Amino acid sequence: MTHRPSVLLALGISFAAMTAAEAGMIFVSNERDNTVTVLDSDTLKIIKSIPTGKRPRGIAITPDFKEVVVCIGDDNRLDVIDTEKLEVVRHYDASGPDPELLAIDQKGERIYVANEDDGLVTVLDRATGKALAEVPVGVEPEGMGVSPDGSMVVNTSEQTSMAHFIDTKTFEVVQNVLVDTRPRVAEYTRDGKEVWVSAEVGGTVAVIDAKTFKITKKFSFAVNGVRPELMQPIGVRFTLDGKTAFVALGPSNRVAVIDVASHEIKDYILVGQRPWHIALKPDGTKLYAANGMTNDMTIIDVATLKAEKTVQVGRLPWGIAVKP
Amino acid sequence: MLHPVAVRRQGCIKAIAATVVLCLAAVLPTLAMAQVRKPGPPVTATAAMTYLTRAYPEPLPLSLVEPVITDKGIKGAEVALSDNQTTGRLLGHAYTLSTRIVAADADIAAAMRDVLASGSSLIVADLEAADLLAVADIPEAKDALIINTRSSNDDLRGKSCRRNVFHAAPSWAMRADALSQYLTWKQWRKLFVVYGENAADQEYVAAIKRAAKRFGNKIVDERKFTFDAGNRRTDTGHQQIQTQMPLLTQGPPEHDLIFVADLDEAFGEYLMWRTSVAKPVIGTQGLMALAWHRAFEQYGGTQLQSRFEKHAKRQMIERDYLGWLGTRLIGEAITRIGQADAASVRAFLLSPEFEVAGFKGQGMTFRTWDRQLRQPILLTGPRALVSISPQEGFLHPKFLTYTLGFDEAETQCTQRN
Repeated sequence: MTHRPSVLLALGISFAAMTAAEAGMIFVSNERDNTVTVLDSDTLKIIKSIPTGKRPRGIAITPDFKEVVVCIGDDNRLDVIDTEKLEVVRHYDASGPDPELLAIDQKGERIYVANEDDGLVTVLDRATGKALAEVPVGVEPEGMGVSPDGSMVVNTSEQTSMAHFIDTKTFEVVQNVLVDTRPRVAEYTRDGKEVWVSAEVGGTVAVIDAKTFKITKKFSFAVNGVRPELMQPIGVRFTLDGKTAFVALGPSNRVAVIDVASHEIKDYILVGQRPWHIALKPDGTKLYAANGMTNDMTIIDVATLKAEKTVQVGRLPWGIAVKP
Repeated sequence: MLHPVAVRRQGCIKAIAATVVLCLAAVLPTLAMAQVRKPGPPVTATAAMTYLTRAYPEPLPLSLVEPVITDKGIKGAEVALSDNQTTGRLLGHAYTLSTRIVAADADIAAAMRDVLASGSSLIVADLEAADLLAVADIPEAKDALIINTRSSNDDLRGKSCRRNVFHAAPSWAMRADALSQYLTWKQWRKLFVVYGENAADQEYVAAIKRAAKRFGNKIVDERKFTFDAGNRRTDTGHQQIQTQMPLLTQGPPEHDLIFVADLDEAFGEYLMWRTSVAKPVIGTQGLMALAWHRAFEQYGGTQLQSRFEKHAKRQMIERDYLGWLGTRLIGEAITRIGQADAASVRAFLLSPEFEVAGFKGQGMTFRTWDRQLRQPILLTGPRALVSISPQEGFLHPKFLTYTLGFDEAETQCTQRN
């Protein structure tokens, strides 16, 4: 009798492993657990919990979906997860100290890393793992966004409250744009014409014209019955058609839905507690929100804008990357 | 200007005629990494800040585990100066910070006159209450901006408030309210209060009594201790303390906790584990209400802790945080308005547009009626964070942090804006 459950469990695991190669996968970094949780994007069952270095936060998938790269803040490196083997296969040690957030260019050649403690953006050559440049920016760099054509990378610095535009050929900061307090995330619109920058403590999202570097619009958020100081925007993502933006609003436990063309806030979707980072399924049908305080992840249907389900992940889930 | 490594290497290959030495010299900096820093815009605003303090005689910590720190506060201000300068370089704002440590028996008002005459009227004031008022009241200081980063004295926010003084440091009332909300939440309602001989000990006791009334807690007994622990290093001594502490704490009515106000560290550390009845200790020892503590890491706090430790080669204590905060407040205002004169900075600090991020998970602003910075307060044991007040359920129509300290209707400050 006693061995039956373990047989079933073993069957379950091998079944999961067999299907893992076919199904889409969601990778969630768990800051507290030092793991990345891997879920099947169809069944939403946990396939594996991959041990990483200490304090995994920023997470991104390569354009070929073969590797997931994770910032390992307390070990001063990046861990690279093979998305077939589902294990850490190598590290980038030249990431600079305390990496927090990273972005990979569309060609998959470069990794841009925000080094929170040192006021730097480190540019890594993905093939060799060598650092190509360290770009001094403001105090406590965090958000990283690469333009669709790869010519520009935008970094935000939390204490300096700026978006720094870095030319990816010269590695020079070509423009600094002052935004509201504690900017966390910078994201280019799909057409590359705008950069949206969220300011956590300021409670706003600034829309910056990518050519003129002027702020053309600033969003504030309000929900009846929710204290204004809880509206803390962090994660920003656009739908595949570029028409809709999602903004995770941290301790207000909501994700805002914005019409990009009209700049109209259309909806607030209730998710788990303190969603910080969000990610779109590569086919564009689902949005995933990592809820830091409730140790789970909410799945939002992009067509209906409904929160469909919330599933348990590790402790203090931080960021999400998705494989088709 | 330096060029990126890739460019450097190409140049190396192209310049076939170049000697090996030259080529090596060009490649060598790759080890140190290419750092590309564009020169900033021309300077349009210069902030001359002064860190003003006095060499106050401070008691040594009773515990040998606690380091003796002689540069409290200043190190924090230095980190904020560097933060301000990094941002300022990108905007054309320059910052300087001169440190002025006045001797224990010297005239503080004269020192303030010197500072003002030198052209600095943005003052980070690490001063006790009497000194703070002395510098605020000299006629030349009328248009200066003085940021209190030390004194928790409630009168400074009340009947002795001054138009030119802003308070980054939390008041005793804010600390006492922060502790009391937690006690109410825990249903630990009965307090036995003991305090030492420092005048500020009694200020904290007054605040805990006010808080007890506000939150429905009860003070069952109140005692002044004249105990002097003496030298912190002795070959023997625990036997005496082990018998003295139960004697001092004998006989009060039934209580849940002991609140201790002992800023001079005469006995507070010795209460724990030695009281007559087994009770936890809160106040200046045990569970403390602080603006900062090394155990705090949330809301990006780790970043400030690491930057501070890298700079100061020691842990960041509350005074350092307040020095950082006072200096950052000035920087944040100048970043936003592009002007560095005291009048402009002062006006902006009081405007609804102002807020400062201080690693507490929310923007912090000044109460316009007494110029006290509203802020969450950490409740922390000696080695770990316990909670952060305001506590769940203590409501205010405007900001929850208004539940800590004197609200507009209660203020005795008549020098409004």
